[in-house]
Amino acid sequence: MIQNLTDGILVGSILSLGAIGLTMVMHMLRFANFSHAELLSIGAYSALVFDAVFAAILPVLTAKIGPLSMTWALALSMILAVGTTAISALLIDRLIFRRVRDKGSELSMVFASFGVAMIIRNAMGLIFGLGTNLYSKDIVFAVVLSRDPLLLIKPDQVFALVAALAIMLVLHLILSRTTLGYALRAVAENPALAQVNGIRLSHMIMLVWLVGGGLAAIAGVFYGLTNQISPMIGRDLVLPIFAATIVGGIGSIYGAVLGGFIVGIAANMALAILPSGYSPSVPFLIILAVLLIRPNGLFGEERA
Amino acid sequence: MVDAALKVEGVTAGYVPDLPILKEVTLTAQRGQVTVIIGPNGAGKSTLIKAIAGLVSLSAGRIIHEGADISGIRPDQLAGHGVSYVPQMDNIFRTLTIRQNLDLALRSAGAEAASRLDELYARFPPLAEKRNEKAGALSGGQRQFLAVAMALASKPSLILMDEPSAGLSPKAAQEVLECARGLAEQGVTILLVEQNVNQALRLSDYCFILAEGCNQVEGPAADLMNDPVVGEIYLGAKRVKSA
Repeated sequence: MIQNLTDGILVGSILSLGAIGLTMVMHMLRFANFSHAELLSIGAYSALVFDAVFAAILPVLTAKIGPLSMTWALALSMILAVGTTAISALLIDRLIFRRVRDKGSELSMVFASFGVAMIIRNAMGLIFGLGTNLYSKDIVFAVVLSRDPLLLIKPDQVFALVAALAIMLVLHLILSRTTLGYALRAVAENPALAQVNGIRLSHMIMLVWLVGGGLAAIAGVFYGLTNQISPMIGRDLVLPIFAATIVGGIGSIYGAVLGGFIVGIAANMALAILPSGYSPSVPFLIILAVLLIRPNGLFGEERA
Repeated sequence: MVDAALKVEGVTAGYVPDLPILKEVTLTAQRGQVTVIIGPNGAGKSTLIKAIAGLVSLSAGRIIHEGADISGIRPDQLAGHGVSYVPQMDNIFRTLTIRQNLDLALRSAGAEAASRLDELYARFPPLAEKRNEKAGALSGGQRQFLAVAMALASKPSLILMDEPSAGLSPKAAQEVLECARGLAEQGVTILLVEQNVNQALRLSDYCFILAEGCNQVEGPAADLMNDPVVGEIYLGAKRVKSA
């Protein structure tokens, strides 16, 4: 049970990073973006490509960082992947979503997001193959933290959790201490009022795509670091990330963080009770329960 | 001597193309005066304010503020033209603290931000006392004062107010309208839409009456308040008599 809880917290941190971007986009642009989880895939594969390039041109960077399987090359690759994914998110908006937004309804946007998800997923499969990839083929043994009850944890998992929490802390400080953060929260709460207070909506939309894409890239790399990289990352994570967003309340960044942990823990705790094949249904059940009991989520507010 | 700070010239506007709500509306607001727009529900009063604020696009006409054509400007450019807009409802950011709301409004004040914040706190002491509380926890009247304080942050020469007394107690409504009057006496031009006709006319200098998106009657507020024909047709005769 304690092992499931620990694993749930680790998975939850990755879901939280993905859900932050999704909740901002869903609230500001008022559409359910089913392609958001594919940004994790773009991030994970971008880092894989950059890692291979660094390994080829600067072999010195292939040294591991402490007890982690992560190398200096991968650490640098992750930073570049953040930029690549953020720009990809912005380009997807410019090329597809903005055009649909200008001409179609919110429903058209949802269907467009399905299309974008399919294109990205299949493009990843075409380029990198349908098999799985790993950042490191070296075996990293889990550390036994407790024998009774048994609790195993990999250094990579601890790193991913600590780094995710640090990123969330930085985001919290930006949102709660800077006027840029206030502006982001203002736009999320009331875009029209934000505009008449001098905030340029188009700049904020651009910022939301960049931040959402960047966080998704980090989540994708952490997912690849603690699991495997495959073109199906988006398919596998879209539902848990949506569940995290809905649990937290659409538009609430803090809600998305909490929602990520709730969904991650619930899905992993369910493994202790249910056969593993039923585990993916847990986010579905969470979404249904939240929509029935508290439709606006934990921190969400009713919208006109 | 007073002169026009704002001229609305033959404005036609609406939310849907080819379905105008405002039809060739013309209006002038004199500098340092309170000008009120009244009329029955659906007259287009709020649409007119929103059109001036750039939130509703114009299909004809133009809007001149202090000699500059501000027709069709983006809402985020309002402050740069010396115009502030206080929406009717949801006019503060409820999830931000009072201080954060004001900091946001003071974003472009640069080095003057700290002194302007002190000025706003001095003008609205209850906001200073509750500066670290969430704005959503404020009473209706205090929310309106916060909205006005945010509007004042950019030192505007014109403030557009959409039904500032809506949903307030009579006492709070009176305080908000008196605040608007006080700002006008300090040289700020106020253009407000009001449903609270008697109170608005008492505190205003000039009044425009709209109906079905068109200009109907205009004149000094005191004259309109005592005009029995206008009172019966547009303002409700009983309310005028009781004033």
